[in-house]
Amino acid sequence: MRGSSPRMTIRYRGINAYMVGMRPQDILMPVPAGLCCKPGGFHIDPVRPVERALITHGHSDHARAGHGAVLATQETLDMMRLRYGENFAGSVQAVAYGEEIRLGDVTVSFHPAGHVLGSAQISVTCKSRRIVASGDYKDARDPTCAAFELVPCDVFITEATFGLPVFRHGDAAGEVNKLLASAKLFPERAHLVGAYSLGKAQRVIALLREAGYDAPIYLHGAMEKITYYYQERGIALGELRPVRGMKKAELAGTITLAPPSATSDVWTRRFPDPVTAFASGWMRVRARARQGGIELPLVISDHADWDGLTATIAATGAGEIWVTHGQEDALVHWCKSKGLAARPLDLVGYGDEDEGETAAVTGEAQPAGEAKA
Amino acid sequence: MNRFAELLDRLAYEPGRNNKIRLLVGYFRETEDPDRGYALAALTGALSFKHAKPGLIRDLITERTDPVLFGYSYDYVGDLSETVALMWPKAGANYAGSLLGHPSPRPSPARGEGAQPAYSPHNDVEGIDVSEGRTGEQAPSPLAGEGWGEGYRGRDVAEIPRTHNNPPPPTLTDVVTTLRTLGKAELPAQLARWMDELDETGRWALLKLVTGAMRIGISARLAKTAAAALGDKDAHEIELMWPGLSPPYLELFAWLEGHGDKPVNRDPAPFRPVMLAHAIEDGDFANLDAADFSAEWKWDGIRVQAVAGRDARGHIQARLYSRTGEDITGSFPDLVPSLHLPGAIDGELLVLRDGRVQTFNVLQQRLNRKVVSPKLIKEFPIHLRAYDLLGDDENDLRELPFAERRPHLEAFVAKLGDPRIDLSPTVPFASWEELAAARADPKSAGAGDDADAVEGVMLKRRDAPYLPGRPKGPWWKWKRDPHIIDAVLMYAQRGHGKRSSYYSDYTFGVWTRGEAGDELVPVGKAYFGFTDEELLQIDRFVRRNTTEKFGPVRHVVHEPDQGLVLEVAFEGLQRSPRHKSGVAMRFPRISRLRWDKPPREADRLETLERMLISMTGS
Repeated sequence: MRGSSPRMTIRYRGINAYMVGMRPQDILMPVPAGLCCKPGGFHIDPVRPVERALITHGHSDHARAGHGAVLATQETLDMMRLRYGENFAGSVQAVAYGEEIRLGDVTVSFHPAGHVLGSAQISVTCKSRRIVASGDYKDARDPTCAAFELVPCDVFITEATFGLPVFRHGDAAGEVNKLLASAKLFPERAHLVGAYSLGKAQRVIALLREAGYDAPIYLHGAMEKITYYYQERGIALGELRPVRGMKKAELAGTITLAPPSATSDVWTRRFPDPVTAFASGWMRVRARARQGGIELPLVISDHADWDGLTATIAATGAGEIWVTHGQEDALVHWCKSKGLAARPLDLVGYGDEDEGETAAVTGEAQPAGEAKA
Repeated sequence: MNRFAELLDRLAYEPGRNNKIRLLVGYFRETEDPDRGYALAALTGALSFKHAKPGLIRDLITERTDPVLFGYSYDYVGDLSETVALMWPKAGANYAGSLLGHPSPRPSPARGEGAQPAYSPHNDVEGIDVSEGRTGEQAPSPLAGEGWGEGYRGRDVAEIPRTHNNPPPPTLTDVVTTLRTLGKAELPAQLARWMDELDETGRWALLKLVTGAMRIGISARLAKTAAAALGDKDAHEIELMWPGLSPPYLELFAWLEGHGDKPVNRDPAPFRPVMLAHAIEDGDFANLDAADFSAEWKWDGIRVQAVAGRDARGHIQARLYSRTGEDITGSFPDLVPSLHLPGAIDGELLVLRDGRVQTFNVLQQRLNRKVVSPKLIKEFPIHLRAYDLLGDDENDLRELPFAERRPHLEAFVAKLGDPRIDLSPTVPFASWEELAAARADPKSAGAGDDADAVEGVMLKRRDAPYLPGRPKGPWWKWKRDPHIIDAVLMYAQRGHGKRSSYYSDYTFGVWTRGEAGDELVPVGKAYFGFTDEELLQIDRFVRRNTTEKFGPVRHVVHEPDQGLVLEVAFEGLQRSPRHKSGVAMRFPRISRLRWDKPPREADRLETLERMLISMTGS
């Protein structure tokens, strides 16, 4: 299988090949473990343990434990430590945004991806050619992380989670207002907001605060550690309380953040007649929301929407686009229709965090995998 | 329009009836005339304009987007209106643009800090002038505490309208009044203009409205109940005046908000609130005297009110109402000519063939039809069986005791002299025991060959006036005992709304002979009948005995010695090619949990087959 993905047929042909006629696929190529940079001797977001890993951000499908050496932003390293414990890697090195680091025959630098706190695009330059692996990114405003930075490049590797023109996320503040209007209309009910516990939950809380909501916000047990970490990093989230131990009646009129799978679990029985909300880009499509039994879909996404993907691709100036996880076909088609060389990268192991996360961490919830339909 | 769209959007997701009402009341309170009136009209199906065909919507989107991308999107979303609403391009965008004109990025080592990307201003993407984006800027680490919300600004640029001033989005009133008068040829352009002006939800609602496919789980009755709640009134009051009202219901809302007189129903054939019965329990008979009551068959059809009256010009107007007051005349045009005398009959709608009452299964073929074809009318001839007379010409009979109304009814039906309308016969009895015998065997107690369409007996106090609602005492229904089988729980699914954390929808099966010996075959699904305590018990059982999971569905252990037996009660059976078992139950519910019974002792499919034959004779 190594290097033999059907859509990337060119194999690595020895150390001298890239020194002469360097092609992008000689710098970065998809292998079963992830994106591999031979001349630099590292992998980006590997899904299997490797010797040296560069990690774009802290979501568990991108940041896994067990690598020899890990290079990532301080925040990403901290999140990995929170999730996997002190010994999640042989050695670690923190990198600041914009800092250039020489690895083998390439120079790498990390740039804000606007996805979650500490998330980065990784720029890999070899000779005069620059490839940017953007990881997960969004170009929309987010008060809890550094804004996406455009990095001009020759080859841009983009995600395609929302790579269909039906996905336009709109204004997140408007969605939060929907939540507040509902809380006002149903003051005797509890509002349960399903949100991925790293990034989305904190963004929703920050947006609630920006909208003037100053009551305590309650947290599912699985959200506490990471949310308190955001606060430690100086992100103002107002008063937060664990929902654990609260009496049912006390939760009337409150807002609680929980992992998506917990919102349809026995765990919800502690709430008075809960309104089930879900903050996700998927909520744009009604059938998706209804399938999940969601009463209040909130279209808030930490991934770029269609307009964001296409505008960013164009703005990088890249002549070649590699499309990874999501709706690759539509985005590849769009790129080609705009005269750009484009191909899907068959990388496996990356998913949509909104769908994958379960509440298993709390111990009282159902076994993992429940939410994957 | 956007506000109405928000309401529809929210209603579409809200499972609870009371919460739906609150959303509606909130909308009626905050929305001014005439928008809220047209909203009420849209929700009650009272708007009339020629609907747009899906083909037109498809043409509009094909002109504006890449057909390949539309194809991918439609496949993903699955609903035409929704797909089009979501991917409708921003006004003035041109999807055919190409990035080709610009040179490929310079192979320059000077890339990075301060470098300007290599494209010229005409390289727009979907109308976005990317060259205005702040590019190549090195944002500091968030740890530095600055640079938040700065950096790449491509999106903000995209939201600046570049070519023209956007007109305000249309109001619901704009849309409704324009559609009423718009010619067919003008529709596409007008629709496109509105689509440009509305947001995603607004476009979705607009398309649902113009294609006449609202389907958001709101009945006309619920919308009227919400309107009534706005003024603390009873929904019945609105039903009574409804036929006399027309959109945008200014009079109605003025009255509901306390600054107008109560609208008068000048309808010549108004609806009257229906009287309903309580189910009688064994213990009730001890306190009731058989001599005080009259009995008649409870026919298994649709309870209706058939009203005729003279309009201002002296012409007869006839209407058929459901028991909630919805005008269903349009579905049964074949009955209208029979209602040729002014009066109001309370009766049951049935299908009769060769003088024989058909089962509810047959009647069902006439329900919820958009088009009532001559073929349908011929194959399923409709019939009205009269129970009661509420009005005879100008006279309101509702204050009279039942014993006096009955002769009026008999005379009225005789005077009509119409084969489509007949009298529901009374069932003579002297004691409760005699009536119990008649109920157990309607065939020999007077119902004859129509006995299959009898679902029990009705008891009416001879001295009771016709009262709206469900007063306790004057009327009782005594249904036939339901059919009962013991079935085995096979699969469980989570419920909705309040029940979303419970496994409350159960698929159950009975034994049949399969290739490898006896196996369970699913015969139905039930999600009520159990108490809250029983729900907790079943939920616990499901969670502890799951063998496999498929999304929201759990396979629950169902072996001869392991599993849960459910006693299932149901009203009837019919053949169904859609079910693997070949039979479908009517109104199945869980009547008891048989923790005591091992699954091997549950019923067999053969039992159901025998019941089916005895019920339908086929």
